[in-house]
Amino acid sequence: MLLIQCPYCGERPEVEFVYGGQAHIARPQQSSELSDQQWTDFLYRRDNTRGAHAERWRHTHGCGRFFNALRDTTTDHFLATYRLGETAPRAPAEPPG
Amino acid sequence: MTEALRSSAGGRIDRARVLHFSFDGRAYTGVAGDTLASALLANGVHLLGRSFKYHRPRGLLAAGVEEPSALVAVRRDAARYTPNLRATQVELYEGLEAHSQNRWPSLALDFGAVNDLLSPFIPAGFYYKTFMWPRRAWRSLYEPRIRAAAGLGRAPILPDPDRYAGRYAHCDVLIVGAGPAGLAAAAAAAAAGARVMVCDEQNEFGGSLLSDGARTASGIDGRTGARWLSDTLAELAARQVTLLPRTTAFGYFPHNLVALNERLTDHLAAPAALQPRERQWQVRAREVVLATGAIERPLVFPGNDRPGIMLAGAARTWLNRYGVLPGTRVVVVTASDGAYEAALELQQAGVAVAMLAEVRATAPARLADLARSAGIPLLTGATVLGTSGRRRVKAIRLARIRQGEISEAQTLRCDLVLMSGGYTPSVHLFSQSRGTLAWDDALQTFLPAVAAERARCAGACRGVFELADARADGAAAGAAAAHEATAPGRDGVYPAAAVDRSSGARTAAGASDNAGAGGFAGALPQPRHARGKAFVDWQNDVTTRDLSLATREGFVSIEHIKRYTTTGMATDQGKTSSLNALGIVSRALGKPIPEVGLTTFRMPYVPVTFGSFAGVARGELFDPVRCTPMHAWAIANGAVFEDVGLWKRARHFPRGAEDLHAAVNRECLAVRNACGIFDASTLGKIEVVGKDAVTFMNRLYVNAWSSLAVGRCRYGVLLRDDGFVYDDGVVARVAEDRFHVTTTTGGAPRVLALMEDYLQTEWPDLSLWLTSTTEQWAVIAVQGPKARQVLESLVDVDMSAQAMPHMSVVAGSICGVPMRLFRVSFSGELGFEVNVPSDFGAATWEAVFEAGRPHGMTPYGTETMHVLRAEKGYIIVGQDTDGTVTPDDAGLGWAIGKNKPDFLGKRSLQRPAMTSPDRRQLVGLLTVDPRVVLDEGAQLMAQPGAPVPTRPEGFVTSSYHSATLGRSIALALVAGGRARSGQTLYAPMPAGDVPVQVTSPVFYDPKGERLNA
Repeated sequence: MLLIQCPYCGERPEVEFVYGGQAHIARPQQSSELSDQQWTDFLYRRDNTRGAHAERWRHTHGCGRFFNALRDTTTDHFLATYRLGETAPRAPAEPPG
Repeated sequence: MTEALRSSAGGRIDRARVLHFSFDGRAYTGVAGDTLASALLANGVHLLGRSFKYHRPRGLLAAGVEEPSALVAVRRDAARYTPNLRATQVELYEGLEAHSQNRWPSLALDFGAVNDLLSPFIPAGFYYKTFMWPRRAWRSLYEPRIRAAAGLGRAPILPDPDRYAGRYAHCDVLIVGAGPAGLAAAAAAAAAGARVMVCDEQNEFGGSLLSDGARTASGIDGRTGARWLSDTLAELAARQVTLLPRTTAFGYFPHNLVALNERLTDHLAAPAALQPRERQWQVRAREVVLATGAIERPLVFPGNDRPGIMLAGAARTWLNRYGVLPGTRVVVVTASDGAYEAALELQQAGVAVAMLAEVRATAPARLADLARSAGIPLLTGATVLGTSGRRRVKAIRLARIRQGEISEAQTLRCDLVLMSGGYTPSVHLFSQSRGTLAWDDALQTFLPAVAAERARCAGACRGVFELADARADGAAAGAAAAHEATAPGRDGVYPAAAVDRSSGARTAAGASDNAGAGGFAGALPQPRHARGKAFVDWQNDVTTRDLSLATREGFVSIEHIKRYTTTGMATDQGKTSSLNALGIVSRALGKPIPEVGLTTFRMPYVPVTFGSFAGVARGELFDPVRCTPMHAWAIANGAVFEDVGLWKRARHFPRGAEDLHAAVNRECLAVRNACGIFDASTLGKIEVVGKDAVTFMNRLYVNAWSSLAVGRCRYGVLLRDDGFVYDDGVVARVAEDRFHVTTTTGGAPRVLALMEDYLQTEWPDLSLWLTSTTEQWAVIAVQGPKARQVLESLVDVDMSAQAMPHMSVVAGSICGVPMRLFRVSFSGELGFEVNVPSDFGAATWEAVFEAGRPHGMTPYGTETMHVLRAEKGYIIVGQDTDGTVTPDDAGLGWAIGKNKPDFLGKRSLQRPAMTSPDRRQLVGLLTVDPRVVLDEGAQLMAQPGAPVPTRPEGFVTSSYHSATLGRSIALALVAGGRARSGQTLYAPMPAGDVPVQVTSPVFYDPKGERLNA
């Protein structure tokens, strides 16, 4: 079971967290101005990254807060976690652990 | 001493403590310290089981956890029957009752052995090829026969009466394996001040030291091995190291989480009543040292599976640890240095060594001298052509092979054959943790290369076999692990800082100095057209011929060959077979072993009981149970409960001998004609509070909330951004900045999570709080024409139709208890929902019920609630919707706030597919025969007798008998349904197509006069 670094609470076991999908996808402000295709892309199309993937997590059974994480999809290991509004850190060349 | 083959002294057994036990009903004796295997050997019993496929007689191949053949069942009582235990791991206790498996009628006479004669017809993958035709024979003949023959052992049929415990632990250094390397690591880590845990699968710590004979016990640091062991254990105890014997590390999970299974009572004759049988540990270690040792490889030659043919190291264990002579006349066949020691020790113990057959072209000079000076005949460049003996080996045929031709063939009489193909390091856990492996040519095996976790390997599991080297290797690993774990500034278990993760390549100490040097992976050379079965995988009965067949049939990937032949797929996971299989495949494909690759190691390292995983989560503790404050009253009043999520909800309140149907009919009529009382406490409730609460609600729900006045309620519909109905519920505005939101019973957590998601991530600028209040409010629904009369006498608020119209809310008190009183209805009658703090729920309920009794108040359950709402066409999200239903589909288009710029799902509702007129829409159905109640889920066809397959027009979502209407009713989703009112559709049912008429989903009081009374 992974340990996940909650930016608010520190290192906690994976079972306290819930995955929240790909990060950095803002809900369009003026959705009525989008074409059907643009809206469909927002709703359904996500990256299927091999390697570092920016994604949302929520410390549901802890502080309850959402945060973002960079995770290596080939090892499952978290490369970094960061607060909402912060930009994603660059993926380290050599993933830790 | 009754055991004929027990030596008079030596070993780690207590000859004075005689233990009685039985095997297949026959009585034997052993002594304290024995395993079932060693005790049977001491009694001269070598036949312990029958093999899986060919039912060949099998004995003991190994003396440890890797034993593939000697699987037995141990029975304590009718419920405590454990199959598939390795006899080598079953500790003897007084009265132990063991049984052999996979034989009928008895071990000595087994009818299944006919499979051995049929073996030409059942090669690898035969079940894919043989049972193809005729097709109809599959169900009636082939499958039942295969199922009867499949499986090992027999599962216990009674519930497991034992207790199982679980425990979490944290430590600086976890050491897996308590042999010389592991114990040295523990001592070094503990001396450096680290918190250390050590586990070992055996009952006693010591690993290979336990099997060392007097000859090799030359010792460590000037002490004998036994002395060093007891000194080290005393030192570890003094340093408060956690020592866990009988504890197998079976899984290595990310971030140094290692799962251990500790066996607490299986070795006891009479465990205490409440003592847990096993304890499963989840250990989170800052650093892990793997000192898991190595497993000796068998040699692959025809007839290598007879009882009496075993690994050389196993014989040393029987002799030195248990004081048992495994035979009287032995032939040793080896490709590795280690077996010479076995030959010399057995000879010293009085066993005649008929031949030491060295597979390598030349024997190492030092060892050859030792053997010669002991008078042991030595044959180099040897191979084995075959063996004989039905239930015990009687003779072995040795030879040399040159270019496929036999020379110097000879048959030697013997009752024991020892073999050694070298040692396979136990890299299972290291590999499970995603550490990479590298092939080592000198040792003919894979060794750990780069660790993926904060782990180190030490000793034999990384190819360091010599005792002194392994001990030094362990001490270095333990010291390094302690240093890392306790480094200043390290506060997390798994900091992201980079560390040197190389496990350390094997030091280039000359391979000839290594006790594990030499080795052979594959099958011994045979003459052309050799006969006889040469086993690779003892447990799944896989032979060299099966592997060759697979490569001839075109399999090249080792993963495919493994699955096709099932080699390495038995419960022993190929502990003794995987490398030999690789060697054979490598030769057949003409590719070196590292190119053939290795199959994946998976947890568990050994089979683990289900009880250990279940722990205390059984029966009533399997899942949490949620009860409302009125639960006790419902029990006292005869409620029948149903599970709704984790909630226990009263489904109906039968009177006398009433069945569900009769009770629901009575409850429905009582609500329609007088009044009913219903426990609605399980409804999800969320308090949305803050200056931006109304903005938040506007963006979330489809409804227009700005126009909702304080003191009024509205039916809210929540979509996801995909435009489909997600949840619904009444929302009350109890203050300008405060909403009391209700959700479906099952939907409360996901609605709150969705709200939190949008609040935190999309609209963090909004100022409001979300609080789950589901369990803070007890909700008493009072529904029916007399509802107002009943409640008026108890409350301090004006409940008149003018003061409290339908869909209003007031704060007040009831019987002196603060309340929020809603005028809402999910029944279609005049209705109120009394919300009081949960602690007052039961008392308020009883007061309301007492006040209602003179008016005919009747308690009703969820089933009546369902019928009443269906009569009114009110949907239940998740029953009448399925995640593909828009508000308009469900007839809820009216709820949408048309002038709002945005809400969740608004944009999706504008897509062409979402407004298509032939979407499935909610309609009512009336069967032509009013007595017929449709099945929920029944499909609906435009024509009767439609051929299969055909595309249905829709399906039934809710269906009941309505006592109020005196007939059946149903709700359904039907393509273009609202425009089809009056049409006839057909529901195919087992008894034939049922004609139904499409109608409005509102069956009762369509104008809502009763509701607004």
